Amino acid sequence: MRIELVRRPQHSALFSALSPFIALGLTLVAGAIMFSLLGKNPFDALYYYFIDPLTGIWDPGNRWQLHELAIKAAPLILIAVGLSVCFLSNNWNIGAEGQFIAGAVAGSFIPVLFPEFQSWATLPLMLVFGMAGGAAYAAIPAFCKVRFNTNEILTSLMLVYVAQLFNDWLVRGIWRNPEGMSFPGTIRFNEYAILPQIWPDAGRAHWGFVFALVAAVAVWFMLSKMLKGFEVKVLGQSPRAGRFAGFSSAKMVFFAFLLSGALAGLAGISEVAGPIEHLNEKISIGYGFTAIIVAFLGRLNPLGIVAAGIILALTYLGGESAQIAIGVSDKAVRAFQGMLLFFVLACDTLIHYRIRIVRTQAASAETAAAGAS
Amino acid sequence: MKTRFLTLAATAAAIAFGTMAAEAKVKACFIYVGPIGDFGWSYQHHQGALEAQKALGGEEQVELAYLESVPEGADAERAIERFARSGCNIIFTTSFGFMDATNAVAKKFPDVKFEHATGFKRESPNVSTYNSKFHEGRYVQGIIAAKMSKAGVAGYIASFPIPEVVMGINSFVLGAQTVNPDFKVKVVWANTWFDPGKEADAAKALIDQGVDIITQHTDSTAPMQVAHERGIKAFGQASDMIKFGPETQLTSIVDDWGPYYTKRIKAVIDGNWEQIDIWEGMKEGHVVMAPYANMPDDVKAAAEAAEAKIKGGFEPFTGPIKKQDGSEWLKDGEVAENGVLLGLNFYVAGVDDKLPQ
Amino acid sequence: MMAEMILLTIATAATPLLLAAIGELVVERSGVLNLGVEGMMIMGAVTGFGVALTTGSPWLGVFAAIIVGALFSLLFGFLTLTLVTNQVATGLALTLLGLGLSGMIGEAFVGQPGVKLTAIYIPGLTDLPFVGKLFFGQDPIFYISILLTVGVAWFLFRTRAGLTLRSVGDNHASAHALGINVIGIRYLAVMFGGACAGLAGAFLSLVYTTQWIENMTAGRGWIALALVVFASWRPLRVLAGAYLFGAVSIGQLHAQALGIGIPSQLLSALPYLATILVLVLISRNRRLTMINTPASLGRPFVPDR
Repeated sequence: MRIELVRRPQHSALFSALSPFIALGLTLVAGAIMFSLLGKNPFDALYYYFIDPLTGIWDPGNRWQLHELAIKAAPLILIAVGLSVCFLSNNWNIGAEGQFIAGAVAGSFIPVLFPEFQSWATLPLMLVFGMAGGAAYAAIPAFCKVRFNTNEILTSLMLVYVAQLFNDWLVRGIWRNPEGMSFPGTIRFNEYAILPQIWPDAGRAHWGFVFALVAAVAVWFMLSKMLKGFEVKVLGQSPRAGRFAGFSSAKMVFFAFLLSGALAGLAGISEVAGPIEHLNEKISIGYGFTAIIVAFLGRLNPLGIVAAGIILALTYLGGESAQIAIGVSDKAVRAFQGMLLFFVLACDTLIHYRIRIVRTQAASAETAAAGAS
Repeated sequence: MKTRFLTLAATAAAIAFGTMAAEAKVKACFIYVGPIGDFGWSYQHHQGALEAQKALGGEEQVELAYLESVPEGADAERAIERFARSGCNIIFTTSFGFMDATNAVAKKFPDVKFEHATGFKRESPNVSTYNSKFHEGRYVQGIIAAKMSKAGVAGYIASFPIPEVVMGINSFVLGAQTVNPDFKVKVVWANTWFDPGKEADAAKALIDQGVDIITQHTDSTAPMQVAHERGIKAFGQASDMIKFGPETQLTSIVDDWGPYYTKRIKAVIDGNWEQIDIWEGMKEGHVVMAPYANMPDDVKAAAEAAEAKIKGGFEPFTGPIKKQDGSEWLKDGEVAENGVLLGLNFYVAGVDDKLPQ
Repeated sequence: MMAEMILLTIATAATPLLLAAIGELVVERSGVLNLGVEGMMIMGAVTGFGVALTTGSPWLGVFAAIIVGALFSLLFGFLTLTLVTNQVATGLALTLLGLGLSGMIGEAFVGQPGVKLTAIYIPGLTDLPFVGKLFFGQDPIFYISILLTVGVAWFLFRTRAGLTLRSVGDNHASAHALGINVIGIRYLAVMFGGACAGLAGAFLSLVYTTQWIENMTAGRGWIALALVVFASWRPLRVLAGAYLFGAVSIGQLHAQALGIGIPSQLLSALPYLATILVLVLISRNRRLTMINTPASLGRPFVPDR
């Protein structure tokens, strides 16, 4: 007896829609088992992880959690939207974390080096520079891939470490706040350089979340309604077919990397100019990698990514309240996220293939019959 | 009849006791930057918290809540706010990087008291800052090192060039120089607070270059283990690491936050909590040296004498002291100002390293 | 004397890289790209430490780590070989899961003194000046890593089975047509890779530092992946690469201890920059790359019946 995959003639629309939910369901079950093994009540744990942060929808006292959800989801969505274009075109940008940092650094140089430049133009310029910085940093692995045929997974990944160390060197050295008692970190950004909150009285959610939504809609539009989107998908699935259509693989590499770099850079500068309000050595906590999960959970569709980003933000917030309420460690969050990605990928198979369990005797009888006729 | 009376009485008593025990008098919450099992910085803070709880009457009087491994970036503010909203009366944020987040939340919750460790901003009256004079312990270590070392060179595994670490290096050298004016210190910057692999490599590199005493300002026990393997002596950090190097550890600087936490939580209970900014050391019991071991009696005596001198009011940074570049810093008998020390970014003469600027 | 000690430290730094990279080399030679090395390594580290701590025997820890590494890689294998999921994403998922799971399992072990795998001692040989400790006084896993490298080289290029494996990696369609069990061979290769990564992890927590802390692999799994490409999928070059990388990592600490005034962040970044540089140089020559790259690397295989 063996498991066999039979390719479907067409992608199953049913499973395209269902697969993320099945994956979520399986993750919840696996998570429940994991919590039981840890000796915690699985229903309590799941409640704190997924329901508690959302109670703000009906409970005004808890509305601040919804804002925190938006703060956490914004960079994830921004980065993941860019990554979706990359992954769809078969460009594996694993270095979004580095591009996030590059954008944060590039955008920060205005308030740090020119603190007297305070006008309505300050923040927009910072955002533009942030995007440019992220894009420029992403151009490096793109260039290496196109010109030298170097594997972009490894180059983009190594550059993450380089970016982290460079940022560390900057905020401890030449960009360090002279009044900061020699601790690392730049000066606080002036008020013109801070990304404002949307509803300051209700919570801390800032405009970064709006950027994320706008980016998601814009990229969704490009992917589904514009020729460029078609180009992305064709080159991803069959470079040869793309060549026949006149699409350039090399140009697509640059397009994909620059776009995702810019979005990651925007996420970076938004995070730095928003909740943190200055540049320090701790800005990167793995958004670039979690965004990969978000991209896949959202089935590489920007609209799905918005939902996926919120779900992953939920796990972060939920992990915290679970830690306080029932003593589950924060590491469970990571395990959760890994399991989620596993199940998403496994369920995706159902979209392309039908599973068939074949009994060996029947198979050989079939082949014999087929051979005879 | 009798049984019923007894049951009633018992129930009444239970209710009475129950109500008393149901509400703890105060809820103290702690934000840790690392895992409490790190056996270093966060572990010691948690031990202090537990000690305070016990000293003030246990779980009935003091309810404890904590969050570990809270990243110092944007997540910190959320974590602190979560505590503020969940009924905490006093919140201790135990790492420098929580400074802005602590102050931001404190503004929004004027009735909650906030205590920030190793920080310097107190932007609203409900924020206090507290710190320990760890460098006093380093001074004593320096004396021990100079007496024990045959090569006259010690290896220092440092984390990041922040004032606290620089103070530690300087104080160590100053202490050593009282015994051996030519004592040298080699510094390796691990650029991490906790990375056993890297710390172990740093220790090996230092030992390969000829040092025969290791001290660290990083939190893992890896350097102690390496020192143990190579047969040289070492100092522990933040907690008593003797169990990792029974024949290796000379002493360790133990952060004892218990007395301070007890004092501050009690102030909340008694209703007389006031904003303070303190920086205390051996005299007040914040800095404790782990039992002196693996050293001859005369060294132990010298260490104890130094300890007594510090407890008596001696500040290690008392002149005459020259800076590394040769210029004079402190005149004879002059004591360094707190402000300068808390922002220290230069070496004293005798340190064999270029301070990363 | 100092040179010998430095070489020893380099050997210690290089061994986990070598082990993980050799395993991954075999996996990639069979045509599968497993990015989950970091996850498998850390699972091996936590298992090795935990078992050694609870049983008191470091060798039991080592064996447990090898088994856990192989089992963990089976997850990856099942998804990519039987369910034909995207190899890159699945490998990443394996890494994330491994990091998270190991953190949870290892919570009880943080701050505990571990059990060390003692170095071997051959009377007479180990005490030789200079070469004694380096060649005859290291821990057993070091010797395993060298033997493994040589063994894999011999297996791949001198045995029929190795040829079969390579053919599966170069052209899985043809291999299948010849009746070779492509999926089966790949399963075995993936598990071998997992076992090696698990062993590398055990080395980290039983020899390198005898401690457990989450994320203690600190990116070594990714370096191992780079090493495989760096070495053009040839085992002996992996050996050279691992030691080179180890030398750069240790060298930067020595540079600091010597008081050379280069910023420590730049020194810390050197290994990564060096890797990128080497990757670029290696890949530039397309012909050379294509000769050595397993042509079916990363391509999904679904047998048509």
